[in-house]
Amino acid sequence: MNVAASPARPAVATPLDHPAARVLIGRHRLRWWETLPWLAAVGLYFAFPAYLGFGTELLVAILFALALDLALGYAGIITLGHAAFFGTGAYTVGLLAFWGIWTEPISSLVLAGVAAGVVGLLSGLVLLRTRGLTLLMLTICTMALLEQAANMAHDYTGGFDGLPSLPIAPVFGVFEFSPLYDNTQYVYALIVLLICFLLVRTLVYSPFGQSLTGIRENLLRMHAVGSPVRRRLVICYTISAALAGIAGGLWAQTNAYVNLSTFDLDRAATVLIVLILGGYGRLYGAFVGAVAYLALEHFLARIYPTAWQLGLGLLLVLIALFARNGILGLGEALWRRYGGKRAAS
Amino acid sequence: MSKRLVVAIAALAITASGAMAQEVKVGVVLPYTGIGAELAQQIDRGMEIYLKLHANEIKPYTFKFIKRDSKAPNGAEAKVAVQELLTQDKVDALAGFVYSPDAIASAPLIAAGKKLAVIMNAGTAFITNLAPEFVRTSFTMWQSGYTMGVAAAKDLHAKTAVVAYTDYPPGKDSLEAFKTAFEANGGKVIDTIPAGGPGAVPDFTPFFQRAKDEHPDVLYIFVPAGDHATAAAKTYAALGMRAAGIKLIGPGDITQDIKLQGMGAAAVGLITMHHYNADLNNPENKRFVAAWKKAYGADSTPDFMAVGGYDGMAAIAHAVKATKGKMDGAEAVKSLEGWKFNSPQGPIMIDPQTRDIVMNEYLDEVVLGPDKKLHQKVIGQTDHVKDECKELGIGRCAAKK
Repeated sequence: MNVAASPARPAVATPLDHPAARVLIGRHRLRWWETLPWLAAVGLYFAFPAYLGFGTELLVAILFALALDLALGYAGIITLGHAAFFGTGAYTVGLLAFWGIWTEPISSLVLAGVAAGVVGLLSGLVLLRTRGLTLLMLTICTMALLEQAANMAHDYTGGFDGLPSLPIAPVFGVFEFSPLYDNTQYVYALIVLLICFLLVRTLVYSPFGQSLTGIRENLLRMHAVGSPVRRRLVICYTISAALAGIAGGLWAQTNAYVNLSTFDLDRAATVLIVLILGGYGRLYGAFVGAVAYLALEHFLARIYPTAWQLGLGLLLVLIALFARNGILGLGEALWRRYGGKRAAS
Repeated sequence: MSKRLVVAIAALAITASGAMAQEVKVGVVLPYTGIGAELAQQIDRGMEIYLKLHANEIKPYTFKFIKRDSKAPNGAEAKVAVQELLTQDKVDALAGFVYSPDAIASAPLIAAGKKLAVIMNAGTAFITNLAPEFVRTSFTMWQSGYTMGVAAAKDLHAKTAVVAYTDYPPGKDSLEAFKTAFEANGGKVIDTIPAGGPGAVPDFTPFFQRAKDEHPDVLYIFVPAGDHATAAAKTYAALGMRAAGIKLIGPGDITQDIKLQGMGAAAVGLITMHHYNADLNNPENKRFVAAWKKAYGADSTPDFMAVGGYDGMAAIAHAVKATKGKMDGAEAVKSLEGWKFNSPQGPIMIDPQTRDIVMNEYLDEVVLGPDKKLHQKVIGQTDHVKDECKELGIGRCAAKK
């Protein structure tokens, strides 16, 4: 990123020299620990090739949580209906592939993002006039309406049973998706996630992102300083929807399958739990939450197929009791208390 | 006497399996948690009872089950489980699949993994077309629905019918199967009423009132077993539809044995079509139910899911013996094409063309027994019922990929 180079400019008295400006610009700089999740993801590819199917699922979940983080964590849009966009993206890819219209993966993914973005824009224009619980209810309604529409268009969407065995063309015409081993799917999902992440990162550290945080923290003041609040919220919601759509499209491509569960309240609730568990409004909360929740669920369920929910429930109770700001929030608090003090003295 | 025999056989099996024993790994994918947990338990137990009752025949092979939870019926969880079972655990066969989406999502993997996969419940008709390794020992919605359509016209002498169904694939399949057969045999379906979804039990009164006002000879319903079916039977009684001359009929899903007692007196007189009920009077079933009650308590009962598991296990055991334990996918499937077995539900066969089960369907009436419990009395029987969806080539059943 170019912005990372800006502190190296000669120190002349420009507005950029202002301490506040320096803080804002400095936030774009990549810190060393930010490479860790990506190194871990690459490490997983080589160390545990047999787990790449689960790994791919994990990457899709991270992308979906990241999309939600933009709307919920940064702009404070209380939504429990983000699966509406996940499903729109998944069905865009699914319908195009199943009916033999378009199977090229990358352009399908872009189309999935556009379709979900349009749904986000249209619903956002109406929904974002409300706040709080009303907004929450309306987001669930939008999702339920789309789910029901997909159910009623049974002849095209396959209803509850979904669209089976989607033909997905090889990436760049070379890298084929094997059904049994997910190597290609994993690398493909990882690259998509990286691109989307860089986009979100740039966005939230930009003045636009800063204004979103302002809207979340103090709506009245943002109105008072003349910030175009509704427009910013709608833009943010649309981008978030498009990213959720890409996550959905990715899910459909890597599973070669799409069904009504992509519009499910269950999915919308799980991604919310993942985000809250990791810590919302923190960029990396999506990563930590998805890994903690899904990996625990996956491995507990392998060992105790009938009783794994007990372990997961226990974790959520502990998090709710002792770490209100999620795992990252807990880590930050501990760092401030112990590590940070030592560093300061 | 028989109890002692079972114990003796089991003991014999343990002592005899020594050096000769060859382990066969079976990956079992079932919804062990959530609303499907009860169904998973039925199938698990059905498989166990088969192994108990046939310990002698399966020697020298032993079975190791690797159980995986398919969780919510969205397909994705089952798919990851199937993938890991095939690539990490290197299983010799797969079994289970309660929900159709789980089998549908796993189909490409199963086709690529080339291992026998036995479907023990999932009833969407076209699934077996998706992978040549699928063999189904349960049923399709068409088998009960179509046969009931014929029986309603011929045995119950109905001229008109109204169909009320829960609005999801099994309901729609059942509706289409019933309608196709009923109208081919001179009946007329005068109205079809979507009656809510599978998630929550709706108030059936408006749907049934509409049916009552149309004065059909029979009201055919498909609703999920359990709370839905109980509510439907009670609404039928409350609206006085029997007195109005309307018979309540449906596929046997609505009188699932484990839910039957909970339906209460309102269920008496309900007429259903199914391939199994726990009261079936044949020696195999008597042995099966007795072993079940001994193992899991006198109050527990097997149902059609358990028989799907029992027959599925029998199919796997047959394939193991036929391939001498090698369990090569293509060979295992080949050994099951045309395979015949004497099941608790009566004689069954795997159709060599479709790899779907061919079985008897029984017309059952719910009666109150002398023990003050509800029972199902067989009042009619149709032999060797195939999946008509594939026979007639309807919709996706025709499309062989």
